[in-house]
Amino acid sequence: MNKNYFEIKRAGINTTFQDQGRGNLYHIGIPFSGAMDNRNFQISNKLVGNEVNFPIIEFAYQGPLFKYFGEKINFAITGDVKFLIRKKNNVIEGNCYQSFNLENGDELDIISTNKSVYGYLAVSGEFDVNYQWSSCSVNTKANIGANNGKKIEDGQKIYISNINKNLSDKKLNYINTKIENIRVIEGTNFDYFSDEGKKIFFEKEFVISKLSDRMGMRLEGPKIENIVDTNIKSEGLLKGVIQVPADGNPIIMLSDHGTIGGYPKIGVVISADYDKLVQLTPGSKIKFKKVELADAETLFKLYDLETQNLISQI
Amino acid sequence: MIKNISNLGDAALYCDFGSEVNKEINSKVIRYFKSIQKENIDGINNLTPSYNKLIISFDLRKKNFQTIKKLIENLDITNDDELETNRIKIPVCCDENFSLDIKRLEEKLQITRDKIYEKFFGKEFFCYMTGFIAGMPFLGDLENELQAKRLETPRVKVPKGSVGLTEQFANVYTFESPGGWNIIGNTPQVIFDSTNENNPNLINPGDVVTFEQITKEQYYNYNE
Repeated sequence: MNKNYFEIKRAGINTTFQDQGRGNLYHIGIPFSGAMDNRNFQISNKLVGNEVNFPIIEFAYQGPLFKYFGEKINFAITGDVKFLIRKKNNVIEGNCYQSFNLENGDELDIISTNKSVYGYLAVSGEFDVNYQWSSCSVNTKANIGANNGKKIEDGQKIYISNINKNLSDKKLNYINTKIENIRVIEGTNFDYFSDEGKKIFFEKEFVISKLSDRMGMRLEGPKIENIVDTNIKSEGLLKGVIQVPADGNPIIMLSDHGTIGGYPKIGVVISADYDKLVQLTPGSKIKFKKVELADAETLFKLYDLETQNLISQI
Repeated sequence: MIKNISNLGDAALYCDFGSEVNKEINSKVIRYFKSIQKENIDGINNLTPSYNKLIISFDLRKKNFQTIKKLIENLDITNDDELETNRIKIPVCCDENFSLDIKRLEEKLQITRDKIYEKFFGKEFFCYMTGFIAGMPFLGDLENELQAKRLETPRVKVPKGSVGLTEQFANVYTFESPGGWNIIGNTPQVIFDSTNENNPNLINPGDVVTFEQITKEQYYNYNE
């Protein structure tokens, strides 16, 4: 059998295998993980003719530089990403949401994301990855998932099998929109905060701190005053939950979050806004907007429908 | 049984069993957790039992808060069965390289380390929940004389296998992690094994755990 592979010349900052993630493991301490921006993850797969939940490579900020060896293969990158394809005789500047091909000896240089955090690389084939609990998603904290649960590193090889030989070029007209208003449902400890604190939470700007990763997003801004207790008895967390510890600065739980926490929950980001939230870079300013449960449900339906529409256009 | 069900965000039920932390309330939580798990309800994609809460996450594409709430309210939870309980012994070495906070604890609690170990080892602990990091058990209850607050500044790295105390609870760090518990020793026993997909946790909610002191030699020979 021919071996097709990427040789990693530069791994990038946080490059991991991801898919839709793994459920039903919170009770033993394992979060969902999975691609942070689910819409862009699914679209990347569809652009190379895969099932939408196939394993892909997720990168953050600076992406990887690969040299490809093997038979001709298609790939697509989604997000807002600057990348180059270096062929024998020319260099092609790549576009997101469009499939390109790689031939033996070509290099793919994913330079960086533009004013966003995560990008996705899918190929018209299957990455040789191992699965744990039916998912390849890498959780670097518990070392679970593909690549021994670790980030992709310089010098390693990534093998690809079952390359789809019926390659057709695919393209989608889509531009990622940014949001500044994050819609939130009141949390179970909303009343732990002073009237002034509640007002600050929904009216003032917060800045995303550099201390943000796949586990959580820390925010800085006016302090939110707690008038009941700065700790609660430890209980379950979810992605999107906004906790406020004693220092008054909110933390939003993201896909690799710890499963149990003991800080009061002031709110929860609605499901419809999660993909856009995770793409906000440190230094971005955000505001929280209160919505009711019924509205959040409708907004998610609309968002999901829009995603399905985009996928069906490919 | 459940005192109140509310929503946590748009894709989870927050089931409140009360505000106290005790075995009785926690056993109710665990019974609900196990019963719902057995039902295998389509659309539910996670259950998180804790001291006195149960969070039920669902796939918003398939279900919503009202539909899951109705399902849960109409479930027949049998409370007569004894909880299935495993009894587990955990070997712990308290060599000074492992008992990182024993001096601090002696000062905080105003008792000697011998007294601390005497009260800790051999005592039966109940597993209330597992999580925070994969497989970490929250075990209770420590008697009053052993109850101390967390470190004021948490450690950036607590070594894997560390056994820690905080308030009325003991725990084990299943792998290296940041943390603020008072570390009194280290176990060579593997508590979380991700390669064992059917049963990755050695200790599960409802189990009874006893710690046994071992020597440095026993510690280093343990996995041979």
